[in-house]
Amino acid sequence: MDMQELIDPFARLIEDLCTPAAVRAVEAGGDSSAMWNGFVESGFLDALVAEEAGGAGLSLADAAPLIALLGRHAVPLPVGDTMIARALLAAAGVEAPAGPIAIATGAGPAPFAAVASHILSGSPEVPVLSEARVEATGVHHDVDGYAPGLDGKALRAVAAMLRAILISGAAERVMEMTVAYANERSQFGKPIGKQQAVQQQLSVLAEQAVAARIAAAIGARSGLTPRLADAAIAKHGASLAAAQIAAIAHAVHGAIGISEEYDLQLLTRRLHGWRLADGSEGYWAGVLGGLRMDEAGKPTADFLRAA
Amino acid sequence: MFETLTLSTLPPEDEAIRPALRALIAEAISELPVDRRARSWQGFDASFSRKLGQAGYLGLSIPKSYGGADRSPFTRFVVVEELLSAGAPVAAHWIADRQSGPLIRHFGTEEQRQFYLPRICKGEALFCIGMSEPGSGSDLASVRTRADRQEDGSWLLNGQKIWTTNAMHSDYMIALVRTSGTSADRQQGLSQLIVDLKLPGITIRPIVDLTGDAHFAEVFFEDVRLAPDALIGAEGQGWKQVTAELAFERSGPERIYSSVVLIDAWVRHLEAVGRKDSATMRLAGSLTAQLAVLREMSLAVTARLVAGESPVVEASLMKDLGTGFEQAVPQLIGDDLAANPDEPVDAELYRTLLYVTHIAPSFSLRGGTREILRGIIARGLGLR
Repeated sequence: MDMQELIDPFARLIEDLCTPAAVRAVEAGGDSSAMWNGFVESGFLDALVAEEAGGAGLSLADAAPLIALLGRHAVPLPVGDTMIARALLAAAGVEAPAGPIAIATGAGPAPFAAVASHILSGSPEVPVLSEARVEATGVHHDVDGYAPGLDGKALRAVAAMLRAILISGAAERVMEMTVAYANERSQFGKPIGKQQAVQQQLSVLAEQAVAARIAAAIGARSGLTPRLADAAIAKHGASLAAAQIAAIAHAVHGAIGISEEYDLQLLTRRLHGWRLADGSEGYWAGVLGGLRMDEAGKPTADFLRAA
Repeated sequence: MFETLTLSTLPPEDEAIRPALRALIAEAISELPVDRRARSWQGFDASFSRKLGQAGYLGLSIPKSYGGADRSPFTRFVVVEELLSAGAPVAAHWIADRQSGPLIRHFGTEEQRQFYLPRICKGEALFCIGMSEPGSGSDLASVRTRADRQEDGSWLLNGQKIWTTNAMHSDYMIALVRTSGTSADRQQGLSQLIVDLKLPGITIRPIVDLTGDAHFAEVFFEDVRLAPDALIGAEGQGWKQVTAELAFERSGPERIYSSVVLIDAWVRHLEAVGRKDSATMRLAGSLTAQLAVLREMSLAVTARLVAGESPVVEASLMKDLGTGFEQAVPQLIGDDLAANPDEPVDAELYRTLLYVTHIAPSFSLRGGTREILRGIIARGLGLR
């Protein structure tokens, strides 16, 4: 199948359902059922479910551009999480609920838990579905939340890959917004994008956005039961890029960028949340370091080729 | 933006060359201490380069009719990765193989191709690149070295090049010179000439660097007479040709592996002393993870070369990220080792660390500075 035949309609769906105003309304605690039902009716929630179980049977690598679109538009509901949850549940022979499913993999806040009806824990092979009993983080307009008492450690790798793809989608949009702003905003009689100091910053932003996308792709290539090294490389790279991208974007935008009414914050708050979720760059560096030291006699280049 | 950079896979026939190549490399480096191997593409060993040429590992993208292997940039990726990962001394053939060969193939006359390419592919014709001058570094268009066309069609060359890598070991220099107009004409009026470095009127003085090595040199031209066919490509098109050449120079895996011999030595040290605390694991993992992403980016740029493109912006993006990583490595490993002052570090590892630490500034100078590369990226983003 030509993936573009799926990507274009999905992009239009998200643009219709998740306008910046609709995203803000959900973040503010408004009713999200209309937005969610739009995703349910689209059929995309079963994109990763095997064909014999009634899904589209896409691989994670195939679906990565769809998931990146969710990041790009700061979709405030666990659409990507639910796609993965539904695929794992179907494979385990468990019927999925109609509502949004968040994935909880540790004691910290789980992305989108505050707007989920169910929480997935357990492991890829034995997924455990629970009704959402979530504690708010208290962070302004946060859709993430604590889901205490669940053990989802074994889902951390797949969730980390998902988060890396979401980061790469948001990063792309942040780069485009920031470049456009630098070309529009004029100071000292010319667009600030003509200033070398600003150009250098934007070049670093672009490098990091590409690095995040490549890192996410490394993760996606190993599928729904990822190899640990791939997940580690993906989430480490995306998280490392996320913080830098958000910082440069805000620096270039100036004060308007941290205002509520400007859309940049919808994306940069996600970047920071996803960076921390399911293990930061430091966590995954530790995991990969352990794997690397298990093969200390091997040159790094050989380790990478085997990875 | 930059969507063309996507994951790519090395073809199996290119992966397949690793074992035989490895055996050749192992032989060449068996006697080299780690701090010599850390010199990587600064290490000069003409006999090793000839062996690589004889075995068919040079001129990989050059057609067989010129003595090349008629293979793809992916093949070169594999060969370069193996050479640099091991720390093999590749300086002798490096520039001819990477830049001069492809340049002559693209822009040279049939006679020039027949004359130079077979020897480049055998590792027998060593080249250097005459770009920088005392007054022209990043502002390359300001070069003042002149070649004036004489009535008989020959060229009279006068001027000076500096920071020319391996000039004193090379047979030829491909020099960017002014053939018409003045420095005020900038990119107009520049041409590339192949200079036989044995000609009268040429003086080469090696320059010693802060590590004690002399890998670069200054080269003086005083009324050097060059044959009419010294011109490579079209007169006045030197700038365009150099830009294409720099895409080759900036796109290879050499922009990510300059510090990898140090990383591997440090990992072996950690294993030897049995250090496995969480901070150590995080550093080992972070360096590995960053290199994993850079390797895929480098492979993605190589795939653009395979597709016949000249990925100028993409190569700049990768080189800036890659050299930033290469430079961070000695700083981080230095801190790690010295953060454990009661742990013995053998002198070979210490020499390696300090060699890489001292030479690291060159990583983001050679082949275009960080600031120049970021300017190219900014142009690619539509900012200038």
